[in-house]
Amino acid sequence: MTVSRIGRPRAMALLVATGLLVSACGGAKVGESDGGAAPAASSADGKKECGTVNIAINPWVGYEATAAVIAHVAEKDLGCSVTKKDLKEEIAWQGFATGEVDAIVENWAHDDLKKKYIEDQKVAVSAGSTGNKGVIGWYVPPWMAEKYPDITDWKNLNKYADLFKTSESGGKGQLLDGDPSFVTNDAALVKNLKLDYKVVYAGSEAALITGFRQAEKQKTPMLGYFYEPQWFLSEVKLVKVKLPEYTEGCDADAEKVACDYPLYDLDKIVSKKFADSGSPAYDLVKNFTWTNEDQNLVAKYISEDKMTAEEAAEKWVGDNPDKVKAWLPTS
Amino acid sequence: MATQATPAGGLRRLPAWPRRYLLAAVVAAWVLIWVFVQGRDTFQLGGAELTPLHVRINEGSEVIDNSRNDNPFFLYFINYIRLFLDESVTFVQALISRPSFGRPLPVVGWLGVVAFATAIALLWGNLRVALLTAIGFASFGLLGLWEESMDTLALTLAAVALSLLIGIPLGVWAGVNDRFNRLVTPLLDFMQTMPTFVYLAPLTLFFLIGPASATVATVIYAVPPAIRITAHGIREVRPATLEASASLGSTAWQSLRKVRLPLAKRTIIVGVNQTIMAALCMVTIAALIDAPGLGKTVVKALETLDVGSAFNAGLAIVVMAIVLDRVTSAAGRRVEIRHRAGRSRGPGRRRAEIGAVLAVTGVLAYLSHVYVWAAEFPSEANIGRYVRQGVDAATLWAQDNLAVYTGAFRNAVSYGLLNPFEALLTGSPWWLVGAVLIAFAAILSNVRVVLVTAVCVALLVGLGLWQDSMVTLASTLVATVLVMVLGVVVGVWMGRSDRVDQVVRPVLDAGQTMPPFVYLVPILGLFGATRITAIIAAVVYAAPVAVKLTADGIRGVAPSAVEAATAAGSSTWQLITKVQLPMARSALTLAASQGLIYVLAMVVVGGLVGAGALGYDVVAGFSQLQLRGKGLAAGVAIVVLGIMLERITRTAARRADAEAHGAR
Repeated sequence: MTVSRIGRPRAMALLVATGLLVSACGGAKVGESDGGAAPAASSADGKKECGTVNIAINPWVGYEATAAVIAHVAEKDLGCSVTKKDLKEEIAWQGFATGEVDAIVENWAHDDLKKKYIEDQKVAVSAGSTGNKGVIGWYVPPWMAEKYPDITDWKNLNKYADLFKTSESGGKGQLLDGDPSFVTNDAALVKNLKLDYKVVYAGSEAALITGFRQAEKQKTPMLGYFYEPQWFLSEVKLVKVKLPEYTEGCDADAEKVACDYPLYDLDKIVSKKFADSGSPAYDLVKNFTWTNEDQNLVAKYISEDKMTAEEAAEKWVGDNPDKVKAWLPTS
Repeated sequence: MATQATPAGGLRRLPAWPRRYLLAAVVAAWVLIWVFVQGRDTFQLGGAELTPLHVRINEGSEVIDNSRNDNPFFLYFINYIRLFLDESVTFVQALISRPSFGRPLPVVGWLGVVAFATAIALLWGNLRVALLTAIGFASFGLLGLWEESMDTLALTLAAVALSLLIGIPLGVWAGVNDRFNRLVTPLLDFMQTMPTFVYLAPLTLFFLIGPASATVATVIYAVPPAIRITAHGIREVRPATLEASASLGSTAWQSLRKVRLPLAKRTIIVGVNQTIMAALCMVTIAALIDAPGLGKTVVKALETLDVGSAFNAGLAIVVMAIVLDRVTSAAGRRVEIRHRAGRSRGPGRRRAEIGAVLAVTGVLAYLSHVYVWAAEFPSEANIGRYVRQGVDAATLWAQDNLAVYTGAFRNAVSYGLLNPFEALLTGSPWWLVGAVLIAFAAILSNVRVVLVTAVCVALLVGLGLWQDSMVTLASTLVATVLVMVLGVVVGVWMGRSDRVDQVVRPVLDAGQTMPPFVYLVPILGLFGATRITAIIAAVVYAAPVAVKLTADGIRGVAPSAVEAATAAGSSTWQLITKVQLPMARSALTLAASQGLIYVLAMVVVGGLVGAGALGYDVVAGFSQLQLRGKGLAAGVAIVVLGIMLERITRTAARRADAEAHGAR
């Protein structure tokens, strides 16, 4: 109900948009060709109209890969028109409440946002897993794992603390953390595992990746927070450091965490309105799953082969028709 | 002749000596006390810890979030503003950048836009800037970024138009009304120093995601110069002129319209220029809330650390800034020349000129409306790829070959200067640092500033971010020192040679307008995720202002003084240190205080590359719901630091200036 009320002008825009779409389906008029999509094919089956789908694009390449593939299928197979909006996570969630965003297609936990927008405001719902497994942990560049094989166990980290000293770490070893929006227990971990390290906050993913890239190239020591799926891992195969094993609930108290990060099940979040709309695009988003390898491949097309997100999605979709078929609405 | 310069210089330096001793004594006392009391009352606060104040701000913003949909203020006021803004930007986009009105291409194609821009430059500026405009606009297409550039232009024009619509009337009011001026000045300071990140996320709650929010964010940042400079222009009109018009029986309104505004016109154009520059600064940051245009390209490229693409888009922004800057400056000069010379040419000839230019423009615009070749920039002409490859290669080379030296530099500055200074600031109890700051204010300026400083110290304590504020203060001061070193060295060099000036000035313009996100990655590669990276980024951004102001100061030294010193046999070194620098001292202090403000503007960007402290708090508040209150508090802390440092340096400059004049 909250959505509809601020939506006075919105509703008008929607009306206009649907009007355009309907008229486009009724036979393309001169000058109203809508990007060459063929909505006629899908409406011939008697399916519901798709309309416009607003997908938030969070600022990392893996996310963009997922979104590009979903958008490509939605446009080409379902005749939707997709609007991509470049937004950071919290702002994208705000978009559910204001009606500006229909779907977030790769969500990393964010329990606080889930509580606020799904439970309290009831403007969003979960649309299930993306199939991607989010791994968070501490990593070292490959040359270090090769030279100091036992460095990949946290028990030996104190032995090597001197290696990781920097101008920022105040005489201790440096553990480099990234963007403030990332999930991290690192400060508590360092304390509770009695490690002689200091967490230094780099502040962005760019800083982390540049750090690891330089560390591998210049053979300088580096220990940092990292995660997969991530396109950079196809460039430099970072090695994960083993932390005390994760058990159910060992991270319940943020102050007392002394175990590894859990495996995150990345999921999709959609606005309540979108979920209730009966749009085939919602079924697509709900059905969509793939693997870390799939995402890394598309991400690699974008980041290393310098394809546009659309080209990368088109290539992958062309190569994987069976996977795509499984996502399409079956009514 | 020779004696004229030297005794004046000697006299000028006299009163400064005891003050210098006093400052040294304060620092010595500080270090001494620090040795005994370090680590006490330092207000440590962990990364995710919140003070009650931060929690309360969180709760407050939650209330706004939840009432937004029921409140008539939003429904009937904010929503209409949003609609209006969205429509205006979309309309300009439809004209120049997006397929529109059922056409596969915008209404006016590239040839038409280039023609329009050139015509405007020709009619309001001169032939030279018209040529520059044509080349500059064509280069957007050559870089392969035509559509993105036009999106940026559309957003910038909408924001600038709105800023001027609000800013000029307010500026006129501030110009004629002292009380309003006093009221509005601190507010403008606040708007300019408050980091954009702080209000970016809340703005989307008010104006939703899209052009409207981006426009409002840009206006908040770009409107202060319009107001300030307009007010300044109105104020500058000589009292004698006003008295004359009053004695002729003009009402206040008449004298404003017929005397003050026309006389202030040139200054107002300077304000327009500054407003445009400020608006362009926001291009990349607004991209974080889905603002269309070049900023998006920069931010996207940053995700894959694609320095080449980021630079390519950054270059387009720089070109746009330079073109718009030169055109408005030329327009300002034209107004001044016309004002001085009276109308030299007959209106008939001018009318014919305008008619001819408009006719040609109309034909070109029509061509671009009808023919595809003139509407869509030919993609074969895209040289952006070579720019990208070149920059990538250069970055790679620098990172591979220079990292050893830059690492050594980083460690030297960190261990030798930054770490000890930071330890002193963060290790001292808050009351000690507060006392030192107040003592500095007392020695350097006046009672009012002492009061301001005391209030600022109290605010920093109250905001609950004392420790982070001190870390930021340490980095800021170190960066400012580096800025001043560069400012003096390059500024003197430029001030003494016109040829150097011509070569260096475009580089400085680029440093100021190139979005920091573009050079972050290369600097990160060279210096790692450290405070030094943030400092270097701040220096790149702030040094141009300091250099320009210093150069202007050096150039402003009376030629007779320079000639006199040269005749007396001074060497170049003596000439610089004994005559030019001392005589340009007020310019130097201004350069330092401006440099400082610019450095502070980069604190948040520093938070993205390892500087931590307040910058990181702001970024964290932008990304995490429960840290929103803390982020806001950190934003305010940056403003408070800025106000405090700026007041101290500015009054110190004024005092130094007054003493210098008194000695004469």
